Amino acid sequence: MSNEDYLKNISEIKHLMNKSSRFISLSGLSGILAGVYALIGAAIAYWLVMEYSNGTLILDGTIYQLVMLDLFLIALLSIITGIFLTTRKAKKHGEKIWDATSKRLVVNFLIPLIVGGLYILIILGQQKYGQTGALMLIFYGLALINASKYSIGDIRYLGFVQLILGLICAWFPGYGFWLWVLGFGIMHIIYGTWMHFKYDVQG
Amino acid sequence: MSIINNINKVFDHRIRLGIMSILMVNEFADFKMLKELLEVTDGNLASHAKALEAAKYIKVEKQFIGRKPNTRYSTTKLGALEFKKHIEALEKLINKQ
Repeated sequence: MSNEDYLKNISEIKHLMNKSSRFISLSGLSGILAGVYALIGAAIAYWLVMEYSNGTLILDGTIYQLVMLDLFLIALLSIITGIFLTTRKAKKHGEKIWDATSKRLVVNFLIPLIVGGLYILIILGQQKYGQTGALMLIFYGLALINASKYSIGDIRYLGFVQLILGLICAWFPGYGFWLWVLGFGIMHIIYGTWMHFKYDVQG
Repeated sequence: MSIINNINKVFDHRIRLGIMSILMVNEFADFKMLKELLEVTDGNLASHAKALEAAKYIKVEKQFIGRKPNTRYSTTKLGALEFKKHIEALEKLINKQ
């Protein structure tokens, strides 16, 4: 065998290792849109609280329920957009959307996220809501870092950024809202744009 | 000549190399998954898998999922070690020239 054959062997090995263990069709565009939804949702929440609740949030009030609904809708829209755009991208690349790699990715992403979500709901039920923003950022960051082993490695960095923002948020709970906007809104847009140009445009 | 000695004859085929690559990064893979990733025919895959099994580089487990037979492959410790040696030998060969 010639040198070129060996090189080809090595690159094929790498390709198969990646393809069989990582789901790489995540769409950068869906990250951008998730960030946009988060910004719109945050603006709505801000307006609701300022306009109808004098800048404070009282648990069990109507405004509180509306803000929770707002959060839920942001998450739902982001997930739907993510699934739709990722399916489209996978199809374009001739990859299966629901195979061993994508299943593993979803499971590993959801473990920290569901535990965190339940934990937040439990402590909200105990009237402790000062750390909600910090906890959302921290658990989301952990979910991203956990998922990064099964997808494009770059989402690890987004995870670290969310973790750092989460810890800052725990230190300064008063800025919780703005750190949430920074983490879920602006960081998603920056990261999504970066991914879009790195992986989507050329393909 | 020690470098050449580490080039393993058992791996000297695209499909065998492919099977090993996939099994190195996955706990296990079934026949269908290997077939789809390597884009080979049933017979071709089966014969190369058998060669690797004969060398004790991979472990084959046959089981039933519901009523469907399912064949699961995974690397043995020996197989993983030999594969690593093989890759290192390949890399050295490339760097040397």
